[in-house]
Amino acid sequence: MSGNYITSEKGLWSWMKTLDHKRIGVMYLFTILTFFLIGGLFAVAIRIQLAHLGKNIVTADQYNKLFTYHGAIMVFLVVIPAIPAALGNFALPLLVGAKDVAFPRLNLFSYYLYIIGALVACSSLLVGGADTGWTFYTPYALKTGVATLYVVAGAFIAGFSSVLTGLNFIVTINKLRAPGLTAFRLPLFCWSIYATSIIQVLATPVLAITLLLLIMERVMKIGVFDASLGGDPVLFQHFFWFYSHPAVYIMILPAMGIISEIVPVFSRKPIFGYKAIAYSSLGIAAISFLVWGHHMFVSGQSKLANFVFSLLTMLVAVPTGIKVFSWVATMYKGSIRFQAPMLYAFGFLELFTIGGLTGIYCATIAIDVHLTDTYFIVAHFHYVMVGGTLMGLLAGMHYWFPKMTGRMYSEVAAFWAWLFIVVGFNLTFFPQFILGSQGMPRRYYDYPAKFTYLNRMSSFGTSLVSIGFFMVAIYLIYAIKKGKIAPSNPWNGLTLEWQTTSPPPTENFEQTPVVKDWFYEYRSKA
Amino acid sequence: MWNKFLASTLPAQGSALAAKWDTLYWFLTAISVFFFFLIVGGMIYFAIKYRHKKGTPETTTYITGHHKLEAVWITIPTILVLVIFAWGYKLYVNMIEAPENAYEIHVQAEKWVWEFHYKNGRKTIGDLFVPLNKPVKLIMTSEDVIHSFFVPDFRVKQDVVPGMYTSVWFQAEAPGKHEIFCAEYCGTSHSGMLGQVIVLDDAKWADFEQGKEIAQSDKPVSMQDQGAELFRKRSCAACHSLDGTRRVGPTLKGLFNADVPLADGTTVKADENYLRESIEVPTAKIVQGFAPSMPSYKGQLTDAEMTALLTYLKSLK
Ligand code: HEC
Ligand SMILES: [Cu+2]
Ligand SMILES: [Cu+2]
Repeated sequence: MSGNYITSEKGLWSWMKTLDHKRIGVMYLFTILTFFLIGGLFAVAIRIQLAHLGKNIVTADQYNKLFTYHGAIMVFLVVIPAIPAALGNFALPLLVGAKDVAFPRLNLFSYYLYIIGALVACSSLLVGGADTGWTFYTPYALKTGVATLYVVAGAFIAGFSSVLTGLNFIVTINKLRAPGLTAFRLPLFCWSIYATSIIQVLATPVLAITLLLLIMERVMKIGVFDASLGGDPVLFQHFFWFYSHPAVYIMILPAMGIISEIVPVFSRKPIFGYKAIAYSSLGIAAISFLVWGHHMFVSGQSKLANFVFSLLTMLVAVPTGIKVFSWVATMYKGSIRFQAPMLYAFGFLELFTIGGLTGIYCATIAIDVHLTDTYFIVAHFHYVMVGGTLMGLLAGMHYWFPKMTGRMYSEVAAFWAWLFIVVGFNLTFFPQFILGSQGMPRRYYDYPAKFTYLNRMSSFGTSLVSIGFFMVAIYLIYAIKKGKIAPSNPWNGLTLEWQTTSPPPTENFEQTPVVKDWFYEYRSKA
Repeated sequence: MWNKFLASTLPAQGSALAAKWDTLYWFLTAISVFFFFLIVGGMIYFAIKYRHKKGTPETTTYITGHHKLEAVWITIPTILVLVIFAWGYKLYVNMIEAPENAYEIHVQAEKWVWEFHYKNGRKTIGDLFVPLNKPVKLIMTSEDVIHSFFVPDFRVKQDVVPGMYTSVWFQAEAPGKHEIFCAEYCGTSHSGMLGQVIVLDDAKWADFEQGKEIAQSDKPVSMQDQGAELFRKRSCAACHSLDGTRRVGPTLKGLFNADVPLADGTTVKADENYLRESIEVPTAKIVQGFAPSMPSYKGQLTDAEMTALLTYLKSLK
């Protein structure tokens, strides 16, 4: 094939002005992985410091900046956009049998907004660096260095990129589906992206307002968050989590969608309980707006509020459980392949199950009082965000890599990298549950000697994870250059993207595909 | 050994609440372990049992769902989380509703020290003295940013917010000392914002209330050790290293009797008087190359404490 989307036009400029969703998806992926590397290096520095190897490698102030940038970059520039903006852009139009997203120009604009937001945030490093933590709690964020303003402004801009991408996907799914692709034939990845997009469109503006108020409070002293001006510092936390809790589901729902695609394909079986999984995505999205207060059980919030937030948070366990049980049930009597995407799905299930179950500890008010703001929370959200979102991203990257590049990677290399990542991840974060239970607070530059052993274990795990990620980078780059040529359908998938060439032509399909059935007919088509 | 490991997962039980808290924690852990093995065990079992083998047919049994099974895994988790919620809430109410007769102590947090004010007019920094087996209620506020008062041994934590009062209560049941951490990020020396709860038996508590000095330990502690303790508790280590590295302030390694270059170009010999002055009036002589950012400790250390601190500083070779 000569005319695929990669070869159709040449040169950097042709990429920078492209309106092709696949190219924009690839650009997002590349940019996001670059930020992942940067955010990851900050994490490595944190773990070296906390290994207490007899010497401090950074000062306390530098340490505070390290975790601020690690958190802000990973949350706003990596984990939130990772799956929707990168893989969603690449795969969603293919999955619904469309030529592109509904608004290609807006799509490119969103990408540039993201880049501008990222650059504004990073320019804060030139004015001393921010040290508020990624949560920008007031009044600290009002009193510390001016660099905070740049990070906040960057997050504000990047937020719009997220809103516009969500809007684009909602319209794409509503309007551009191939003939015959009814709602209940939609691949589950599309359902999860749909639920995600709704959250993005509804919740992100609240973040924007909050960040804007924060900037105004600092610059104009309007007196909303600053107690010394008659404001209420805890109000900021309400505003902030009103967005940032739903954001957790912006991060995890798309990953769940990817797992829902991969498990059936690599088990050669229909997904178990399609409708329950589809509705549970919407259910999670709906509850996600009503649980933000669980971040604030010890903030001085009223007893009644704590009652309601704890109760509603508990209910999230139910739709989440439905999904997890359904994935495992899908494997029953399957014909299971141990290829890289499925390995990452296994990794997802292991890590996400731990992340989810420990979430119940955090939702139980009395238990949370002791655990909040300790390493238990750090471990919990890394299991969910890394164990969930990042495993989902890796699963999806490996799944669609042949489609994206037209090449296959080495399964052997992929297996070893996977092993390093999953083992290393557990070694890094499991000890942190114990540290937190023992009472070690988070964001600590230094700690009492009794915590040394587990901290070193955690730091050692980080080195394994790092090796794993470098292996992934190496074999994927090698595969892009020298990998075996990929067939159109390497995994025997039944969804539409596998019916076009690898890589697809710019217009995706030679003719508009017509859908006559749902995508799980392994009886006849396997 | 197993029991020991489990016990070491949680801090010592220092309050009436701790044992109840631990029971719920272990209940959650039991449920989590069960579901973890159910899900991940099921996954591994299926993965091995139904792995694709060469020569076996590609086609699989066509199963799209099972309503009864789905009803089971909706109902059971729902009931379980409701039970957990109710249990957690009940314990929580117990945690926040202080008995009427609780002894009140006011707490003032500021970067990066805890200050405690008692009914008899006494004030302590870093050390919180409380009676054994009696409910104590802390009424807290912050001078600057949000801090969080956390005593792991008591399983209590409460944010301390500027511009408002928050409170926390506990009943200490284990005599001795219990660590206080600041759990809400508050800047440079967040991890140095430590303290301890010192639980006094009835006799000692009576002494304390009458304003007598409290010997913190029955065994005599050397001056040098007392100094080291103060150095830690007063957050000196937040700005000064002992190993030669530069932090916010100069390292204190080998300082005693050394010649210190000052910002005005002169030098001074670091004798006892210089050390004392550096701590009480830091701005009097500024070390070359450093900002005058050290807080004054005037009035925060008794004479005995100052002597102990100096003994310690002199010992740093
Ligand atoms: C907020 C940071 C900070 C804290 C906390 C702090 N210092 Fe300092 N200290 C400094 C700085 C900065 C200097 C150097 C500038 C100056 O001379 O005032 C300094 C200077 C000194 C000096 C003189 C050092 C020399 O090389 O001549 C001594 C002694 C000292 N501090 C002792 C202490 C002790 C003891 C404590 C705890 C009770 C303490 N400091 C707490 C920041 C701090
Ligand atoms: Cu949340
Ligand atoms: Cu703090």
